[in-house]
Amino acid sequence: MNSPAGAHGGQGAHEARPRGSASLAVEDLVAGYGEVLALDKVTITAAAASITAVLGANGAGKTTLLRAISGMVRPRGGRVLLDGADRAGRGPEDMARAGIAHVPEGQGVIAELTVEENLRIGMMSWPGIGWRRAERAAALAEAYERFSVLADRRRRLAATLSGGERQMLVIARALVARPRVLLLDEPSLGLAPRVMTQVMDMVVRLSRDNGITIVLVEQNARAALAIADRGVVLNLGRVVATAEARALATDVALRHHYLGF
Amino acid sequence: MVEFLQFTLSGISFGMIYAAIALSLVLIWRGTRLLNFAQGGMAMFTTYIALEVVRHTGSYWAGFAVALAAGVVLGAVAELAVIRPTLGKPELNAVIITIGLLILLEGLAGILYGGQYRSFPAAFSVIGLKAGSTPLGVSRSDVFVAVAVLAAALLLAIGFRYTSAGLRMRAAAFNATVARLSGIRVARVITVGWALAGLLGALAGVLVSPSTFLYPNSMDSIFVFGFTAAVIGGLDSPAGAVVGGLLLGVVLSYAGGYLGSQGSDLTALVALGILVVVLMFRPDGIFAGARVRRV
Repeated sequence: MNSPAGAHGGQGAHEARPRGSASLAVEDLVAGYGEVLALDKVTITAAAASITAVLGANGAGKTTLLRAISGMVRPRGGRVLLDGADRAGRGPEDMARAGIAHVPEGQGVIAELTVEENLRIGMMSWPGIGWRRAERAAALAEAYERFSVLADRRRRLAATLSGGERQMLVIARALVARPRVLLLDEPSLGLAPRVMTQVMDMVVRLSRDNGITIVLVEQNARAALAIADRGVVLNLGRVVATAEARALATDVALRHHYLGF
Repeated sequence: MVEFLQFTLSGISFGMIYAAIALSLVLIWRGTRLLNFAQGGMAMFTTYIALEVVRHTGSYWAGFAVALAAGVVLGAVAELAVIRPTLGKPELNAVIITIGLLILLEGLAGILYGGQYRSFPAAFSVIGLKAGSTPLGVSRSDVFVAVAVLAAALLLAIGFRYTSAGLRMRAAAFNATVARLSGIRVARVITVGWALAGLLGALAGVLVSPSTFLYPNSMDSIFVFGFTAAVIGGLDSPAGAVVGGLLLGVVLSYAGGYLGSQGSDLTALVALGILVVVLMFRPDGIFAGARVRRV
């Protein structure tokens, strides 16, 4: 797989910049499935343009946290604050239009559509999409400039892409959507180590260069903490630690108990 | 040879009717994974509405246009009023609701219009066309049927392929989760799908009724053949619906033509035979895409 092109994509990059950074805060969030309580009064904060790693063992509630933020799961209590405005209980369509992009684990690509169609799906949250032809073309050009591997395959079905290419497509689509907050669920799952490094580099660039606030759920705690500003550790639906990523990475007891490295 | 040509052209004309019903079923199936058993009943009801308009205005085309509009409204209302409340509940609920809707519409048509057979006008002459002195077995009306359904199918295909609305519908059909997370209002897309299906059903109703007469159960057998065509082509494939409809129409025409009076009685059996043969070799239909199963 090709490396993505430079993060500073020239004039096109300016055109496709997100609609400003946004802070995200979750306060006392309660969510679950039927009788099962998956999140029990979870509180996290993510500063604008920061990377927050959400860590924990399987069943800790990481994926449910992202699903509750993006509206895929309706919270039973608590608040989801985007730049201070509570949006808890809104559906995923409204959350996407508010600027929250959620890339779910392993199902981000629509395999039956072409690469370009997948990218165009990313623009569906734009207001007045039908009238912004030039802007749409510029956003696509910028995505292809960043991800040259996608440019070469724009007419091919997404089903024909490799795992790494699919992940790049998902991230490119998120970028095209111009989100203010990006929720990434296990972006490195199933990828070769070299490709995983590329994906993590891209996550950093999205935050640093585009000002996107990123909440990253990742089984590979070491890799996630290496790129994150802050880390949150969940266990059985509760927050057991929240601190600077560097501090979490050097907390030997916490690592042994909850992070497995 | 002349007979073969006649049976083929006649089969294409009827096959297009099956294709329209099949397309309407595919539209709903792709969006909701639901078979709309009320599709034939909805088509019958909109055809009654068209007949009323034709009688009052004397204009076939006014009736035609009102039928299509009524199909759009009926499709959207059915989805919003009786199907949407079943979302998130067992799939069988929605299936039973569509059967209930069919019974309701057929009962209502019987109350409002009576159970007797009514003739429905054709858009064009039903007198058979000839090539020189050789009868072709089809009329101008049959040609209109084929052209109308083909035009509708082409418009749908172009809309799906080249417009943002079409991309929304395809995204919602293939992966509703990703579509919703991308800001697509999937519930609205599903309503539009039902409305379009209602339109196609209404089109089938006004096109077939000059040949079959109109009565409360008049679309039942057409629905069965349309459903068969959709399964043959692949319930996920609009192109498959058209090909399945044409295949079924032509084969049934051959059966009816070459087997004499017995052939007409055997059409249902022939349709079943085609269905069994296709499903033996292509369980998901002729045009079903290759599926990747995660293990």
